[in-house]
Amino acid sequence: MKLLKVLAVCLTVLAMSTFAMAGTLEDVRAKGYIQAGVNGSLFGFGKADEKGVWKGLDVDSARALSVAVFGSPDKLKFTPLTAKTRFTALQSGEIDVLFRNCTQTLSRDTALGLDFCQVNYYDGQGFLIPRKLGVKSAKELDGATVCVLPGTTTEMNVADYFRANGMKMNPVVIEDTSELAKAFFAGRCDCLTSDASQLAGTRAVAPNPADYMILPEIISKEPLAPAVRHGDNQWKDIVNYSVLAMINAEELGITSKNVDEMLKSSDPKIKRFLGVTKGNGKAIGLDENFAYNIIKMVGNYGEIFERNVGVNTQLGIERGLNALWTDGGLMYSPPFK
Amino acid sequence: MELNANNENEVLVKPPISSVGVIGWIKGNLFSSPFNTILTIIIVSILWFSILPFLNWALIDSSWLPDANCRESGGACWSIISSNYKIILFGFYPQDILWRPITAIVMLVSLLCISRNRNYWNAFLGYSWLISLIIMGILLKGGILGLEPVDIERWGGIILTLLLSVFGLTAAYPLGIILALGRQSEMPVIKTFCIFYIELIRGVPLISLLFMSSVVFPLFLPEGVSINAILRAQVAIIMFTAAYVAEVVRGGLQGMNKGQFEAADSIGLNYFQTMRLIILPQALKIVIPPSVSVLISAFKDTSLVVIIGLYDLLKTTQTTLSEPKWMGFSAEAYIFIALIYFVCCFFMSNYSRKLEKELDTGL
Repeated sequence: MKLLKVLAVCLTVLAMSTFAMAGTLEDVRAKGYIQAGVNGSLFGFGKADEKGVWKGLDVDSARALSVAVFGSPDKLKFTPLTAKTRFTALQSGEIDVLFRNCTQTLSRDTALGLDFCQVNYYDGQGFLIPRKLGVKSAKELDGATVCVLPGTTTEMNVADYFRANGMKMNPVVIEDTSELAKAFFAGRCDCLTSDASQLAGTRAVAPNPADYMILPEIISKEPLAPAVRHGDNQWKDIVNYSVLAMINAEELGITSKNVDEMLKSSDPKIKRFLGVTKGNGKAIGLDENFAYNIIKMVGNYGEIFERNVGVNTQLGIERGLNALWTDGGLMYSPPFK
Repeated sequence: MELNANNENEVLVKPPISSVGVIGWIKGNLFSSPFNTILTIIIVSILWFSILPFLNWALIDSSWLPDANCRESGGACWSIISSNYKIILFGFYPQDILWRPITAIVMLVSLLCISRNRNYWNAFLGYSWLISLIIMGILLKGGILGLEPVDIERWGGIILTLLLSVFGLTAAYPLGIILALGRQSEMPVIKTFCIFYIELIRGVPLISLLFMSSVVFPLFLPEGVSINAILRAQVAIIMFTAAYVAEVVRGGLQGMNKGQFEAADSIGLNYFQTMRLIILPQALKIVIPPSVSVLISAFKDTSLVVIIGLYDLLKTTQTTLSEPKWMGFSAEAYIFIALIYFVCCFFMSNYSRKLEKELDTGL
């Protein structure tokens, strides 16, 4: 078994080292579409609805990329990938870009031969509690029973958090996500801990969702970012600035509805961003109006957030860390100039 | 006269009502002793307390219409099926042209039904299969005759399950026979190769083969070449099933009397004639029951492609279940696909029993 593992690693390295650094952009233009790896079964991020139409924050980010390259949001083919197959699919060239709620980590960014682009969702582990518990902060959870999935970093994170804050906890460990939720709703534990985006989904299926709330504390860092193959800098720039364009548009107050009026704006920042003043497109190797197209056809970051995971969806997630830096969040775009 | 009267009496006096008919059967079989009586009462009460609530859940309290509010009724939520049957059964196949996969599946099922009867086995049926397979391929794939092209990646649900199993089983069976013959061969290279192949494949679980095909294999391909994930999984399933079929067939070959080989030799048949005319027809007949078990389990094993992210029937169901609206109604969805799997497996085992009966020559 060990020998097999060593063999597999050697072969993987060998196979990866044979990658020529051909430009993904040329490949994609030649075949006429972008092959995007997505989750396939994560509601709000990447999942087909009952009509087979792909929806989600990651899917919309991929559409923005498609608009940037082709001027159309539909030049995409989606490959649903599991947590195990996602990185190989990218390494082997089966997909051109990975939009699959992947946490950016040092080892993935380096040893796996990937490059992560602009984070499109800052996730993190949080707590779900019944409102009647009367708790307003995770710091007040001393002595609480905590429902948690076993064998994940989730379990470790929560233990670390309680220890670091000098609190006691009684873990209730349950294998299956839906069973875990059932136990929590049945009152077997005071709080449930998981990634914040999933807590929102769990709360949505509660018998009475308004009786439950997610505490403001986030106890781990899960920056979810699109990834490309290491070494293709132009392609990475394009993926990067497709996502950043949506963030920048929100900051400049440009939405899919007012983008046409904004073309007439006299603000030099907006003029450069929308391609009225030329230069950005040539620098990145795309149409001068790529940012305009993205906002017009897909929307700004705030729009795709609200559409897929925001407070009016079944997930009902607040912006939190994903708000603009001007609103106290982490979404910050470098200037488009 | 006296005799007649007696006869009449005999006719008239029926056995007591408690020993014939339904009551008699009940008394004789269910309440024949105190122990049996206790068992009957226990079993009936178990049935009463399990079947009744189940029927209540499944039929009476249940919601059937799409968009019904399932969380308010306490019963089964069949709405999950009626709202999502298109994506569960056909995956990402474009929903405005579903008539194409439906026609293809109807063609396949009717051909299978016709082929059940061995009287229809002739050249015409063979050609029908060939032509129908081509038509089915065209229907599914499109791209010519004005049909909108559909990528193979978009084939999902029952289309993918049937594709993987029908092609998997039909390709694996002949391959398995060849491997079995190879293993019996006297040529050392062929024999060693076959033994090595069979033992290697049987020594690893199907999941690891699927992982190899989906995670490791693509890395070895030259840059720019990529083989479709469905095809890779299909090949893995064929390779795996063939190894098991080979061992089953070998059992049949070893069960043949040595006299059969000698008889074939004595009338001057060469190796291929011996195998084709004498040995294989008998050997394959002996191994019908074990081959069918292999084929049935291979059919069910196709659902393992779920772990490499292919959207077969199981995966499309799981995808539907990941939507917040339908979370928690897994029982209904899984019962639905369990029924589909059951119908297919039952068809196969039923057919094998029929075939055994027809081929039974009392050997």
